[in-house]
Amino acid sequence: MTTPLSWNRLPDISPDAICSLTSRATAIPDTFPRPLLPYGNGRSYGDVCLTDKGTLLITRGLDRFIEFDRKQGRLRCEAGMTLREILALVVPQGWFLASTPGTQLATVGGAVANDVHGKNHHDSGCFGHHVKALELWRSNGEVIHCSSERNPDWFYATIGGLGLTGLIRWVDIQLKPILNPWIWVQSQRFANLGEFWTLNREAEANWPYTVAWIDCLAKGKSRGRGILLAGAHAPAQSQSLNYRSRDKRMLIDPPFSMVNHFSLKAFNALYYRQLVKPQGTLVHYAPYFYPLDAIQNWNRIYGKKGFYQYQCVIPPENAEGAVTDLLETIAQHGDGSFLAVLKTFGIKPSVGMLSFPRPGTTLALDFPNRGSRTLKLLSALDDVVRAAGGALYPAKDARMPADLFQSGYPVWHEFSKFVDPQFSSSFWRRVTV
Amino acid sequence: MNSLKRVVIFGATSAIAEQVARNLVSQGSHLYCVGRNEQKLEDIIQDLKVRAGGSQRIDGFSADLTDIAVHQRLIDEAKSFLGEIDAVLIAHGTLPNQQACQASVAQTLREVETNALSVVTLLTPLANLMEEQQHGVIAVISSVACDRGRQSNYVYGASKGMVSIFLQGLRNRLSKSNVDVVTIKPGFVDTPMTSEFDTSGFLWSTPERVANGIINAMKKGKGEVYLPGFWRGIMIVIKMIPEFIFKRMSL
Repeated sequence: MTTPLSWNRLPDISPDAICSLTSRATAIPDTFPRPLLPYGNGRSYGDVCLTDKGTLLITRGLDRFIEFDRKQGRLRCEAGMTLREILALVVPQGWFLASTPGTQLATVGGAVANDVHGKNHHDSGCFGHHVKALELWRSNGEVIHCSSERNPDWFYATIGGLGLTGLIRWVDIQLKPILNPWIWVQSQRFANLGEFWTLNREAEANWPYTVAWIDCLAKGKSRGRGILLAGAHAPAQSQSLNYRSRDKRMLIDPPFSMVNHFSLKAFNALYYRQLVKPQGTLVHYAPYFYPLDAIQNWNRIYGKKGFYQYQCVIPPENAEGAVTDLLETIAQHGDGSFLAVLKTFGIKPSVGMLSFPRPGTTLALDFPNRGSRTLKLLSALDDVVRAAGGALYPAKDARMPADLFQSGYPVWHEFSKFVDPQFSSSFWRRVTV
Repeated sequence: MNSLKRVVIFGATSAIAEQVARNLVSQGSHLYCVGRNEQKLEDIIQDLKVRAGGSQRIDGFSADLTDIAVHQRLIDEAKSFLGEIDAVLIAHGTLPNQQACQASVAQTLREVETNALSVVTLLTPLANLMEEQQHGVIAVISSVACDRGRQSNYVYGASKGMVSIFLQGLRNRLSKSNVDVVTIKPGFVDTPMTSEFDTSGFLWSTPERVANGIINAMKKGKGEVYLPGFWRGIMIVIKMIPEFIFKRMSL
C-alpha cells in the first residue's frame, strides 16, 4: 500500500496503520489501532477521508456486484466499487446513475458518505435520494441493515454521515433508464452575473442537467461572465455513434503549481471564448459528466504543495449578493480559481442529517496552495458565507473553522450520537472542538 | 490459439485469479471456481454471475486444496458442470513469513505443502485428464522468487521452484498431446498478499495488468511468462550474479 492522500493532496497526514479490506464478510481485527475510518478511492478533498491516528480502512477491495435487476434498474453492490465500474455494467443495459458527481472515480460508499450531488440536483436531488438500502458494520460487531423503513435513523445518519457511523459494506441504489450513452448538450455564453441568473432560471425549467463555468478573474461589468451548459439524456438516435476515450495522464509532479496568475488568465480567457453551441450537440456521457477524469491525475497540475477546494452554498434570499461579493473578493485577490463552477440547488430537501445540498446557490472553486496567502483569501470568503447564512462542503474542505461547520450543520450535535465510538476522522476532530 | 471457453480456476479468491475470472467472464467463458474461504468464494461467484450474460454457466466449490483427498472430486465436479475442461488456472498460494519459517519446521512444512505439494498433487490428475482429451491448457501461478533463492524468502522461492520444474517436465510430456502448460511468473503485484509492502515503486504492477497477461499467455500457449515482461530481464541479471558474490548480498 502507498500512503493514502486525499485528491487535493492536503493535508499530508498518515494514519498509524492501514487495513485493506478484501471481503465484505470479514470483521476488522482488533489488532488494528483505533480510531477507524473508511477510505475509498481518495476523491474527496481535505481530511474528511483521512485520519492522523488509528487505522484507515481501504475499501477499494470491496468491489463486487451483489445483485442487478435489469428490469427495474435496482443495483446492489459492495461499497468500494467505483461509479465507473457501475456505469460500465449498467449503461449498455440502458441504465444510468440517477445522480452523479463530477468524477466517476469515486466509490459508491464515498458517494453515500458525502451525499454527493451533480448537475441535475434541481431535478433529481442528490445521491442519497436514490439509495434504497445499505448495510452498516459497527465496531461492536453489530450489522445494521438500513433503509427508509428499517432503521431509518441509522439510514439518514449514514447518508452524508462522512463515514463516521460505521463501515458501509454494501449499497442498494435505484438507477434511471436511458436509451443510449449520449447527452444532448446546449452551451451558452453569459456576459455577467446578471445574465447568468436569468439564463439559469430558464435552463433549469427545461433541462435536467445544468451547470455554469465562471471566469472569476473577470472584473467590472463582465464580472461573473461564463458559459452555461445544459444537458439531457439523448432520445433514440437513428444512427449509431462511436465514442473513443482518449485518456491521458500527468507524467511528472511539477515542483511548483502550473496554475498561476498567467496561466489562469490565459485559460479563462480562452475557455470563455470557446465555441459555444446554443443550437445543441451530442456528447458522450464520459466527457460530459467527467471531463477531468480524462487526465488520470489532473490533481498533480497544482504541484507538490497541492491545492484547496472551496465549495459553499448560499441560501436563495442572499445568493445574488453573496455570489457577487465572493467573486469580487477573488478577483481583488488575483489568485483566481482554475474552474469556478456555479449551480443552483433544487428545493428538494436532502435526506442525510449532515448532507451539504440545500436550497440555494453553490459555488465551487479551487486554489493552488500558496500557504498563508491562500488561507487568508479563504478566510475572507468564509466571512461572506458566514454573513449570508451559508455552509461549506465537508467533502471539499481542509481548513474550515469549527464555528462555520457548526453553524452550517446545526444538527451536528444530534448526529454525533450516531458516530461509531471507534470511528473518527481528522476532519471530525477538527470541526467538533 | 487455445480456447478459454470452459475454465476451472483453483484459488479463485486470490486477487489475481479474481481479476482473471472477471476478464474471462467478459469474454463469454463458463467458469468453475474453487476457493478456500467459503463466504468470499460465494461473494465472488455472485459478482461474476451479475457480470455474465444469461447463458454463461458460473459456479464453484469451496475446498482447502491442501486436503489432497478432495482433488479428484473437484475435477469431476468441474467436468460435469462445464461439460468439458478447456483450460485450468492454478492460483492458490500464500506468501510465507520467512522469519517464522526459520523458527518453525512445522511452519516451513505447512508453507511447502500449500505452495508446492498441493499444486503438484493437483496437477497429476489434471495432466492425465488433458492428456486423454488431447487438448487444453494448464496455467500455474509461480513466481519470480523461484529463479534464485534469497535470504528474505527462500521457503517461498523453493516451493515455487518445485512447481516450476515440475511444470517444465509436464510441458515436455504434454507437448506431444497438444496440451500447453504455462508457468506464470509475476513480479511484485499490489494485492492483499503484499499489503505489508510499500507498493508505490515502478516495479509494482496491478492484478488487472497481470490478469491480462495471464489470459494472453494461456491463449497463446506460452511456456514461461514473466509478468510484466520486464521481469525476464531483471531475473536474467539476478541469475548471472556469481554465487560467491550473491551469497554476500542482502536480497
